[in-house]
Amino acid sequence: MKWILQSRLITDYGMVLVLLLLGILISWATWSEQHPEDPRAGRSLAGGMVQVLGSDAEVAIVLRQTSGDREYAAAIAGELERLGATVAATIHVKTPREARVELEKLGTQGITVNAIATHDFCFKTWGVLRQPSLDALAAEYPSLTGIKPYKPGSYMWPTFLTRQNLVSILNQNAPVAIMAIGMTFVIITAGIDLSVGSLMALAALISAVTIRDWFGGADATSLGVYGAFGIAITACTLCGVFVGLLVTWFKMPPFVVTLAIMMVARGCSFILAGGADSVDIEAAGTAALYSGAVLGVSNQIVLMIVLFVIAHVVMSHTALGRYVYAVGGNPQAARLSGVPVFWVIVTVYAICGAAAGLAGVLDVSHFTSGRPKAGEFYELQVIAAVVVGGTSLMGGEGKIFGTFIGAMILGVIQNGLNMQGVDSYRANVIYGALILVAVLVDQLKRKLIKPGTL
Amino acid sequence: MPEPTSSKPLLEMRGISKMFPGVRALDNVDLTLFPGEVLALLGENGAGKSTLIKILGGAHAPDAGEIFIDGKQLRIDSPQMAQQAGIGIIYQEFNLIPALTARENIFLGQHRNVLSWLHAKSERQEAIQLFQRIGIEVNPEMPCRDLTVAQQQIVEIAKALSLNARIVVMDEPTAALTPREVEGLSRVIQELKAQGIGIIYISHRLNEVEQLADRMTVLRDGRLVGTRPMDEVSRDQMIEMMVGRSLDNEFPARESTPAEELLVVRGLTRLPAVRDVSFSVRKGEILGIAGLVGAGRTELVRMIFGADQKDRGEIWLNGKQVNINSPRQAIQLGICLLTEDRKSQGLVLGLTVQENFGLPNLGDFSRLGLINTRQEGQAFNRYVERLKIKTTGASQRSETLSGGNQQKVVLAKWLQQDAELVIFDEPTRGIDVGAKYEIYLLMNELVAQGKAILMISSELPEVLGMSDRLLVMHEGTIAGEINEPGAVSQEDVMRLATGSSLASV
Repeated sequence: MKWILQSRLITDYGMVLVLLLLGILISWATWSEQHPEDPRAGRSLAGGMVQVLGSDAEVAIVLRQTSGDREYAAAIAGELERLGATVAATIHVKTPREARVELEKLGTQGITVNAIATHDFCFKTWGVLRQPSLDALAAEYPSLTGIKPYKPGSYMWPTFLTRQNLVSILNQNAPVAIMAIGMTFVIITAGIDLSVGSLMALAALISAVTIRDWFGGADATSLGVYGAFGIAITACTLCGVFVGLLVTWFKMPPFVVTLAIMMVARGCSFILAGGADSVDIEAAGTAALYSGAVLGVSNQIVLMIVLFVIAHVVMSHTALGRYVYAVGGNPQAARLSGVPVFWVIVTVYAICGAAAGLAGVLDVSHFTSGRPKAGEFYELQVIAAVVVGGTSLMGGEGKIFGTFIGAMILGVIQNGLNMQGVDSYRANVIYGALILVAVLVDQLKRKLIKPGTL
Repeated sequence: MPEPTSSKPLLEMRGISKMFPGVRALDNVDLTLFPGEVLALLGENGAGKSTLIKILGGAHAPDAGEIFIDGKQLRIDSPQMAQQAGIGIIYQEFNLIPALTARENIFLGQHRNVLSWLHAKSERQEAIQLFQRIGIEVNPEMPCRDLTVAQQQIVEIAKALSLNARIVVMDEPTAALTPREVEGLSRVIQELKAQGIGIIYISHRLNEVEQLADRMTVLRDGRLVGTRPMDEVSRDQMIEMMVGRSLDNEFPARESTPAEELLVVRGLTRLPAVRDVSFSVRKGEILGIAGLVGAGRTELVRMIFGADQKDRGEIWLNGKQVNINSPRQAIQLGICLLTEDRKSQGLVLGLTVQENFGLPNLGDFSRLGLINTRQEGQAFNRYVERLKIKTTGASQRSETLSGGNQQKVVLAKWLQQDAELVIFDEPTRGIDVGAKYEIYLLMNELVAQGKAILMISSELPEVLGMSDRLLVMHEGTIAGEINEPGAVSQEDVMRLATGSSLASV
């Protein structure tokens, strides 16, 4: 037992195993029939239809108006045309009733349709797409004779492990994970920062208000929007510097300083919002940061990964990283070894503030509005992510990679509870308990490795 | 004065031995205390006094030996058992809770039930009675943080008496007292003696010991040197018993050729530890600083290193006045400090040995802000060979290294700096003889290269054997400077260090 626990795999990557186990557990729990609706499924559906119907297939594509459905429809249409079949019509509607109206229109216009392409959701929930209803339509309109619905085949696969779900986990947890990077720096110096959630809201409101008041509101250019984002992040960084100075110069406990900043920043956010629930931004360029993508991966995720890589390099290969560990491990010895303890502490709080500011800016871009309630209680999630990731609150120990895993563990637990339909009150109980278990396992592991140091 | 030989001993410790990893702290030590007497427990730093007291107080378990109280053998496994046995120990650092009042501190842990505040009135009376018994009035309702050091000491004594202590141990009780307070304390001690309480009194101040003690027991290197009635020994005999050893060949020889002055210090002051200290160090020489614990030696060098701010005074380096505000600046100026306590100040124990080595030296191994760990490792490995550091590898965590090897890692860290002035604070404390010799050789090598060394050491043979010149500090000032350490005896140094004058030799 001891030998297994001492192996490098467990000591360095124990939390990765926890994440994998959670993944397996949730996969097992969400094992179910999958009904693909992505472009690839669309192309293979088109291919299958041409095989069955030959090239004289006259296809109407009937789907909802969502962007996903439009991409799916486009993929079907493109593939059908490539294979020489005809796309008689592409119908995007909101309700089954409208779908019926559109199909009847085709009938009255005498357009020949012998197949309908759709996906599982519409087929199951829209009665008009069932064979009996279609048969009734065919009886009424000769051009629809022999019309049949087609949808992609289904298969068994854990819902958890679908690309869509995994991407959404990354996306939902990116702000917390980004803030957790800064928090890791702070906690390794044996500090804590409770203000991150509030700073996130402050950054959101500063962005929204500066765009509205300084950069031309709805007419703001992209440059103006990013300028406002820059101002917001800078403001949060300065808040971090301020915290760092109070902690070093006046030897104030970081818990108290950041608790105060947390209240002040939240209050300021509400003041900036003028009592409203949100300050909406009409400027066109606002959403681009959140909705854009690099090589098919959304900006937010790319940004998160890039930041984690940078932070990892900083922590493991630069003087700053070495100093952060030294200050957290033994500030006296660090100082006597010539480490500029003062600046190290100011820097880590500045980094933490900047990360919170960035999270706030992403929130603005996501909702195209500055919400004074953004990031409420995020500080706790962020700290939990860092701690679950194996960073010691006593300072001097921890890994950036661990924080990433910690953030993902929390995200996966939440996602799993959601998919199991656990209501949010119960989910909180389980969530909290699992955090305890995760950290307890980590401590027990340490205790077994180094007896008497728990 | 009681007649110890006729009365029955109050406390007897027989054949006490205690091993710590790598060190024999106590070896077959006997101690006898009679009721109504003051027994002085004497010895150099590290002679084993504290360990013996901690065994008596139940903080350490002895490896061998027996303890008798009133002739009955007793096992003392915990501080609570020591209290029950009537042993009250007043450590140098008081165990008082600053926010609680004198009364609350006295009765802390003895509450008869949860509703302790119901007893406040009776407790207050009891406290007043205790203070009367001691002969010094202290307001029992005053929070301890508002009491003077002397008053806090009285509270500690009252606490011991409230537990019916018949054996009271005082560890350096006068270290932080003013002369008037010392006088007050000696009256208290007379009072306690008259009540039949046995007192073990530890102090470096031989004047006090001569005045107060009836008998003395001397330890050296964990062994019992002897126990004598106080009026049968002279001051010189006392010192000889404490120091005991003669200088032998444990120090490698060296040709010393001191060159020009490197560091000049004038009027350096940081109250209350250091007052008006001036001296200079030449290139190519070892300047030793001797003195007792608390004489201000460490505080002095920490000031030179920028670890503590000075109140006033000047520091000149290479003929230029410098202003050193942080260790970082000192390092840049070519000064480095090997601290007295490696574990709390020398090393970041959670980091690997290589990381500790690199901490002040990252500039040497960095390019574009990135640390070249391979280059760092190569440099470190050179020192591993040169200093014979026993490590499982560069990635070994520093806390798992032995004391001597930890010290060598600290040395490697500073050697890489190639500093002009190297300050050693107790360089060989807790290090075995072989490693000591290697460190001495290295010091010789450094001065041969023209570097200057400041060495603090409480081991008299070491400072006398290694230094070219020697400063002796006493209570924050330089009590004397010895230009030829080879020509004076350890007793002479002790006299200066204990505040007696050299003239009386």
